[in-house]
Amino acid sequence: MIENDKTPWDINCRCVSKRYGSVQALSSVSFSVRKGELFGLIGPDGAGKTTLFRILSTLMLADEGSAEVNGLHVVKDYVEIRKRIGYMPGRFSLYQDLSVEENLNFFAALFATTVEENYDLIRDIYVQIEPFRKRRAGKLSGGMKQKLALCCALIHRPVVLLLDEPTTGVDVVSRREFWDMLKRLKEQNISILVSTPYMDEARLCDRIALMQSGRILSVETPQHIIEKYSDKLYALRTADMARLICDVQQMDCVESCFAFGEYLHLTFSDDDQAACLVLLDYLKKKGHQDVVCHPIVPSIEDCFIKLMR
Amino acid sequence: MFRDTRTLLILFGLPVVQILLFGFALSNEVKNSPMLVCDYAQDGVSRNLIDKFSANKSFNLEEVLLSHRELNDAFKKGRIKSALVFPPRFETELARFNEAELQFIVDASDPNTANILMTYAAGLVGDYQQSLLLDYSLPYSIQPEIRMLYNPELKPSFTFVPGLLALVLMLVSVMMTSVSIVREKEYGSMEVLLVSPVNPWMLIVAKIVPYLFLALINFITIMLLSITLLDLPVNGSALLLFAESMLFIVTALSLGILISNVAQTQQVAILISLAGLLLPTVLFTGFLFPIENMPLALRYFADLVPSRWYYLIVKSVMIKGLGLLAVWKETLILFLMTASLLFLSFRSFKVRLL
Repeated sequence: MIENDKTPWDINCRCVSKRYGSVQALSSVSFSVRKGELFGLIGPDGAGKTTLFRILSTLMLADEGSAEVNGLHVVKDYVEIRKRIGYMPGRFSLYQDLSVEENLNFFAALFATTVEENYDLIRDIYVQIEPFRKRRAGKLSGGMKQKLALCCALIHRPVVLLLDEPTTGVDVVSRREFWDMLKRLKEQNISILVSTPYMDEARLCDRIALMQSGRILSVETPQHIIEKYSDKLYALRTADMARLICDVQQMDCVESCFAFGEYLHLTFSDDDQAACLVLLDYLKKKGHQDVVCHPIVPSIEDCFIKLMR
Repeated sequence: MFRDTRTLLILFGLPVVQILLFGFALSNEVKNSPMLVCDYAQDGVSRNLIDKFSANKSFNLEEVLLSHRELNDAFKKGRIKSALVFPPRFETELARFNEAELQFIVDASDPNTANILMTYAAGLVGDYQQSLLLDYSLPYSIQPEIRMLYNPELKPSFTFVPGLLALVLMLVSVMMTSVSIVREKEYGSMEVLLVSPVNPWMLIVAKIVPYLFLALINFITIMLLSITLLDLPVNGSALLLFAESMLFIVTALSLGILISNVAQTQQVAILISLAGLLLPTVLFTGFLFPIENMPLALRYFADLVPSRWYYLIVKSVMIKGLGLLAVWKETLILFLMTASLLFLSFRSFKVRLL
């Protein structure tokens, strides 16, 4: 434990690569998570998030590179790491035919502790599923399952928490509750690495890594990522959105254009003001009605799309 | 485990069904075989013999008549399995020449049954012959005295209960653990289980212990059924039998764990443990086909089948009433098998995914 205190990092990943047959799942991924930090891995399905989690949780061996968790090497010290981390896989992995209570007691016993001993850590989450404590885990709703899985991952008071897509398939309300819990856990000085395909959850993290096709595109605070977005971004909508996309894409002055909810998000290749007026003029000629166009502050998703290009 | 009713039913239903099937339906004893008697002699000796046959529960003397033709018809229709024909003047011939012939006709379209009926009939006639000899008290007669050791009535249950015990415990035990680890891999719970202080030894032992209890329940069920329904005696020490069974169950459970470590899916595990093991276990346990008659290569292979050794142990302890001294070699073999299977299971246990 003494050596841990020397480094400010709880997760340290250096040039980690992993290949499945011909598919490069991870190529030279490097990043670090500070102690007590809530770190987000943001990326679409197939970006390599789960593979990264499995390597960090000592369940898989990397082809190249090395990683440390809580100052311990993921290959050499895997036995010790497994005692210290809490891991919640992307797929629901508890015992479906055990009840909520039994699952929790089982995982507590596995780590030679009791539910009572660490109840304060899980209380906020557990009270929400407590009314169903006699119900089989397999019969819980998606959100309940994730809350139970989080409880089970926390029951031994881990130093580092690895959460692989904990909110996938969970309704909006439960997702918000889930993130509130993560914030409270952060206050307990637990380092958390969490992955999500939802961009709106990214801004809730201290820092985020944007991932795509096995690479990390950027590691920044959400604020920084948005600040670093150099282009001026416009939101545009008209009465006929389907036709609008085709028309806009034909304009030379438009650099990028993506459908984003009920708006199109656009950037222009040169002088924004002038280009915008040209575009509006053109759309009027094409017979578009109810044209609304205004500059907006980019979201994480805009940044991600720009980085992807 | 107890919440999975389907598995539970297979686990505990299977042995009960098998013991009842083998015990009553699939027995190779012949009972109440329909038989006709053609008595042309109608004298004292033929009467006595007919009485002997009708008193035997293997034969069911339907009627006594005097026509040879009716006999043929009855055989063709399959109404009877055997017939007994006494020639005229049976007693007179016997008295005069000390020799007489009688005809026993058997439907041999089913050779097994025919053989058994023939043996029974020969036995009955021989018995009667002896009683005649005693009456006439002739000098110089050599009587072979046959004693059927351990199983005087040649009850088939004496072989099939130890055999079935070995077969059922082997298959059920292997099947139970063969899915245990691979199921966790499939359901994903292995992923969280591995990221914990659990080590492979703990996990393997934790998988074996509960199934050991389930298999012991099976063992007790089979024993109770055999003792109450099939009148099987336990001549040796029940405690020794129990301990040996426990050892054998652990052997089989360890084999299941090994399969579970190697198999990629539950289906593969079930396939290996049922389809893959059923035939070798049935063939090489020794209760259906004597291993001594097999070619050398197969005999060596049979030595690798754990149920073969357990079968020998059960027969020695339960039927012959022998003690540990008589079965120490088989016990040691089972013990070594268990140790190596457990070691292999430990070595093949994957501490990581993939």
